[in-house]
Amino acid sequence: MAQAAEERTPSPGPPGFREYYARYAPFLVPIFAVFTALVVGALMIGLTGGDWLAAYIGLWEGSFGTPIAIANTLVRATPFIICGLAVALAFKAGLFNIGAEGQLYAGAVCVVVVGTMLQLPPVLHIPVGIIAGALGGAAWAAIAGYLKARTGAHEVINTIMLNYIAIRLTEWLIKSKTPYILGDPADASGSRTRFIAESMHLPGIRVTETAILHLGILIAVLLVFVVDWFLRRTTTGFELRTVGANPRAARYAGMSVPTSIVLAMALAGGLAGIAGATEVMGARYALSADFFSGLGFDAIAVALLARANPIGILFSGLLWGGLLTGARLMQVRAGLSIDVIKIVQALIIMFVAADQIVRFIYRIPQRRAGEEAMISKGWGGG
Amino acid sequence: MTQNGHERPVVLEARGITKRFPGVVANDKVSLTLHKGEVLALLGENGAGKSTLMNILYGLYHQDEGEIFVNGEPIRARSPHDSIQRGIGMVHQHFQLVPVMTVAENVVLGNEITRGGLWLDRRQAAERIQTISRQYGLPVDPHALVADLDVGAQQRVEIIKALYRNADILILDEPTAVLTPQEADELVGVMRTLTSQGKSLIFITHKLREVLEVADRIVVLRAGRVVGETTPAEASEASLAAMMVGRSVLLQVEKSAARPGLPVLDVRGLQVRDDRQLVAVRDLELEVRAGEILGIAGVQGNGQTELVQALTGLRTPEAGSIRIVGRDVTTATPRQISELGVAHIPEDRQRDGMVTSYPLTDNAVLELYYLEPFAQGLVRNDTAIRRHAEQLVAAFDVRTPAVTVPASSLSGGNQQKLIVAREFTRELKLLIAAQPTRGIDVGSIEFIHNQIVKKRDEGVAVLLVSAELDEILSLADRIAVMYHGQIVATVKNGELSREQLGLLMAGASLQDTSASSATLAHP
Repeated sequence: MAQAAEERTPSPGPPGFREYYARYAPFLVPIFAVFTALVVGALMIGLTGGDWLAAYIGLWEGSFGTPIAIANTLVRATPFIICGLAVALAFKAGLFNIGAEGQLYAGAVCVVVVGTMLQLPPVLHIPVGIIAGALGGAAWAAIAGYLKARTGAHEVINTIMLNYIAIRLTEWLIKSKTPYILGDPADASGSRTRFIAESMHLPGIRVTETAILHLGILIAVLLVFVVDWFLRRTTTGFELRTVGANPRAARYAGMSVPTSIVLAMALAGGLAGIAGATEVMGARYALSADFFSGLGFDAIAVALLARANPIGILFSGLLWGGLLTGARLMQVRAGLSIDVIKIVQALIIMFVAADQIVRFIYRIPQRRAGEEAMISKGWGGG
Repeated sequence: MTQNGHERPVVLEARGITKRFPGVVANDKVSLTLHKGEVLALLGENGAGKSTLMNILYGLYHQDEGEIFVNGEPIRARSPHDSIQRGIGMVHQHFQLVPVMTVAENVVLGNEITRGGLWLDRRQAAERIQTISRQYGLPVDPHALVADLDVGAQQRVEIIKALYRNADILILDEPTAVLTPQEADELVGVMRTLTSQGKSLIFITHKLREVLEVADRIVVLRAGRVVGETTPAEASEASLAAMMVGRSVLLQVEKSAARPGLPVLDVRGLQVRDDRQLVAVRDLELEVRAGEILGIAGVQGNGQTELVQALTGLRTPEAGSIRIVGRDVTTATPRQISELGVAHIPEDRQRDGMVTSYPLTDNAVLELYYLEPFAQGLVRNDTAIRRHAEQLVAAFDVRTPAVTVPASSLSGGNQQKLIVAREFTRELKLLIAAQPTRGIDVGSIEFIHNQIVKKRDEGVAVLLVSAELDEILSLADRIAVMYHGQIVATVKNGELSREQLGLLMAGASLQDTSASSATLAHP
């Protein structure tokens, strides 16, 4: 043999359609999952005698069809985006953060404390409020991180338990009357905290009588790029990603796995806490025990749909906000229950999770090494 | 295919097998024939297409083109089940046994003899196993738990499993990789017995010595093609290596005598426990000097892994001390040890040595990412990282289309070259290389061996841990034999023969090996 042996035989010809199709699978699967979920949703509406076309037109107009609808969607999407980042950041470090809900409450309680106890000018009070929310959420999530790092206790179990503790603790702080802690003596039902000082209200544009397009969406967009930059471009982000991708290699490379775990949880909790802050400071100015009603769990879906990609979360968060905002007009137009939207959301997640189904329907080539399988990895990474 | 004057009937024939994977032609019009009662050695580097071909024959994959004939009948195996029905059995490199079940249970698994369709007939199964065991000289206790068997016995169970299913054609995938030299010799005996009783064997390996010893015919694969067919009588190790790699290969590493300097690594009374809290390394003493290669010989699982983990800070010793360049690092972190100038080629490159989903760039700075110029403060310098990766790839001949592709897309040999490149381009005082050439191609092995010797000549102390005795013999200046967590003998390379070292690795004492010049490390 005169010629040196080649390591592998190159494939004949330039990369064809299939190659590109395979390469963009990470983006295509979520898009096709949404599409498929909408198709199945339409079938369900149709089969139960509903008008699926009217429903979907209503859904579109109610979410993105008018400037007011878009404003409502943006407001709705804000906490989904920020909390989605909280789940995604932990996920990049190999941690499945089910605790965004508890971290939201922990952050919001701190916001209410500084909002009701401090008297500051807005230029100081708003940052103080956001920082308080971040610290509250970070401290709460760090508990789960510390337990994992020190004892190996699985973060899924611990964050779920911390959710219950946070919610019940919030409820007690609000409902305690001897003495009043956070509860408002002026509120007869005793279901909410005192209102935060006006100096801590987020500036915004009043869209309708009930809705204000507040600064939160800008904070959310900013955080998307900050988190993306942090993960990709900083050494700390590299450490978190390495611990998530291969903890053994991280140890080999001299990184401290326990430190990274606690840090990742704290940062995730901090993000969730900021979401808690923007909700309290931007919309309702007081906290109740059912304030977030599962937002932290929806955030898992938002992160999942975006495959934990921060930029992707911007879009999946908007989609989530849009579906919920548009549901009301859909209800009016097609006489359907708002729960239909919950079903469509559930279908989207099902198709993203069971991506084999979507890959089969749309003939997307199988995943290769390097591409992440998010759900199985989240559980197996413990 | 040439018949080579064989009178014996052809039991298996593959004609023009082609198998494509995205971007790679794994098998390109491969043809081979297997005659009754012969050992056909299939030789090739990793990635040459041996495994793909065998998986096609066994029915795990389907060929894109070509035909397979068993006893003259064309078949298209849809699954391993079909192949077993046709009398093809396979002994995988990684045993497919259930450790908590007995030998008999493992053998009948999936093919159970039952009474009344519901109850296992253990006695009948055990009897059949004993019959097979006697007929082919494969001693094993049917009632023993597989977890309690040593590796050699587990392999015998795998062979019995295939014979129990009436296999006439046996495919042995790298069967000697996990065995001591003595166990490998026993396996050769078993292979002879099998062929003498009419079984036909395909023996996959990359070890040239074994091929010449046991094969009747040799087929060499390279880059998915059959590049040659020969017999042990016509071939030599050098000619086979040249056929495998496509150019002539230096099998013996050329090196001058070592000029040892000051001690760099000094280990005293080291005791280390493994993950199950069992003592894996006990009372171990070791010294490696600058400019010498100390080879640790031993069968896998005798504490080498835990020793290396303790030396690199990945596992905290229970007792004893480790000093590197005079500093006590017994309880130091991996980073503290690394910053002293210690490089570590881990034995499991994909699990420890790299993040396979990361591009080559990130893997190239896996340990140095936080230092200038790869980071300015907390911000990574992508340009510097990329330039560094490109330098490593060029200097160490890592075959890759770009430094931005994930490490998982590289062949094993190229992954290892990347790790070696990364570890060797740092300021080094001590190099700890664990199984540095496991499962990689001959060309890469030659390259890595030469780099290790080059580092030695530059004055680096090298601790080489390898389960391949040939590798120790060709590289080491001194050899320490490890058995059950202890160094049982330390000798100059050349003082003991291969066989004597093999006996020490199997637990014999130095007196048994009748070597006079060697010194016992421990009574």
